Formats: sequence, C-alpha cells, structure tokens
Amino acid sequence: MEGSPPDKAQLDAAFTELYRAHLRDVYSYSYYRVGNHHDAEDLTEQTFLQAYRHFERAQRESEGRPLRPWLIRIAHNLAANYYRDRSRRPQTTIDDAGALPELHTTEGLVEDREDLNRILECVRRLPDDRREALIMRFALGMDNREIARALGRTDGATKVLLHRAIRQLEELVKAEAGTEAV
Amino acid sequence: MSDTWDFETRLRQALAPVEPPDELELRLQTTLGSLVELAADELEAWELRAMKDPRNWPRAALGPAAAVVIGTGAAAGLVVLRTRSKRHKRRAQAHSALDLAERTVRDAAREALRVFHDVAR
Repeated sequence: MEGSPPDKAQLDAAFTELYRAHLRDVYSYSYYRVGNHHDAEDLTEQTFLQAYRHFERAQRESEGRPLRPWLIRIAHNLAANYYRDRSRRPQTTIDDAGALPELHTTEGLVEDREDLNRILECVRRLPDDRREALIMRFALGMDNREIARALGRTDGATKVLLHRAIRQLEELVKAEAGTEAV
Repeated sequence: MSDTWDFETRLRQALAPVEPPDELELRLQTTLGSLVELAADELEAWELRAMKDPRNWPRAALGPAAAVVIGTGAAAGLVVLRTRSKRHKRRAQAHSALDLAERTVRDAAREALRVFHDVAR
C-alpha cells in the first residue's frame, strides 16, 4: 500500500532545514559564478524559490540522498540562463571588494592577495564545466559523487574533469605569474 | 606532489566560501513565508469562486444529470458549504498548491454526488 503523503508542515520544516544548511553553499557558488554580490543575491533567491516549488518531488526522488547537488544544479541552470539572457561572462575576480577580502582576513588566509587574485582570475578563464567543478570542489567542499550529480556526469568523468581543471589552472597561473615577472 | 598539494591549498584559499549578507537571509525568509501565505489566500478566494460554479465540478465524476440537478441554487450552495467545511483538513494534507486544488475539486465532486443522492431520494 502506498504511504500517506508527507504533511505540508513537515515539508516546510524540511525545506527550512535545507535552506539553512545550504544558503552559504548556494551563495558561494552563485558569487563565484557571476562575480558580484548583487547578481549572486538574485541568483541565490531564484534558486531557493525554484527549489521550493519542486521540493516535494526532489525529496521523494532523492531516496534519502543529500539534496545539495540538486540545489547546486538549479543554481547552475539559472546561472547558465543568466549568461544567455544577458550575454555576460563572469566578472573579473571580485568586483566590490566585499565578502572575500573580509573573509580571508578574518580567517587569516591572506598571505599574498595578489597571488589569490591571480588564481581567481585564471579560474574565470577556464571553460565553464572546469570552472564549475573547481568551485564545487574548493568553495563548497563537494566530493566527486556530489559534483557528478550536480553536473549530470558519471563519477569517473567528474574525476577526470577535476584533474584536467586543476592541471589547466596551474598552467594558466604559472604563465600569468611568468608574464607579470617579466 | 608537494607542488600540487600547495597549489590546491592556495586554490582552496582563493575560493574560500562566501558568507551571504544578513539582509539576503531575512529577505529570503520573508519571501518564502509570503509565498506560503499568498498561496493560502489565493486558494481561499479561488475555492470560493470555483465551488460556487457547478461548471467547475468534474462532470466525469458527477454525470450530466446530477450536474443539472445540483446546478440549482440551493443544491449548489449545499455543495459549497460542505466542501468548504473540509478546507482545513485539505490544507493540512496537501503538499503543494496544485495538490490542494486537486483535492478541492475531488471533494467538491464527492459532495456534489452526495447532494445529488439526497435530492433524488
């Protein structure tokens, strides 16, 4: 016999939990995708509104698996539309000097800000899929399986994608550093 | 090996998580809360409008003869009354606005059939 449908209050509570747990993930992903706070806020908002609309089905179909990849996939699709609609590319590093420097200084992570900015600039120049995989791995701490689900790829293809992304980025950064040193 | 490890460490630092602004969190909570309330308000108004018009009761479930009989003022009023009396239960059980609308229509058809049987007796 089919189980009774989940109570709406339970669903709302589960969505609130999801939202609290992953607001920072969605925001970080959006921020590194679009490169500015204003659009990242819009993208985050749209992501959660869309997620809210389809939450029940996603929860049913997830069969207990984490929903973070599903959320990030929504953000990924919305970001793709964002670029298509506005014919934009991600902006250079971080435009409004807001969250990133503040976070880095509070975390004591800034040793060489120019170096970090150079890395971010090179991340921006990577092909979309490689850039996204790196954001998911390094900004969100997602594992291969989660990234694979978010990107709709196999685990093996994701592993290769990440490996190539890191290799390409390293080469870009080295080349950039060499150019600046000249 | 160590170069790669160093590079990945630097990459992790460069791509540090970004905290969302406080106002975004508040705005999102307000927006999501409003959506729930708005959906409930809209459905309340829709329920009332839809149930008052027998054309919105599913004919397949009801049958054309029953629809004609119940389409009279008093019987239609009875269907609306009975259907609305169950709205709190429907809302508690529904898991989306669409689901709630479907439950409302099903309840209306069920109540219309009951009213038809009462009238025919």
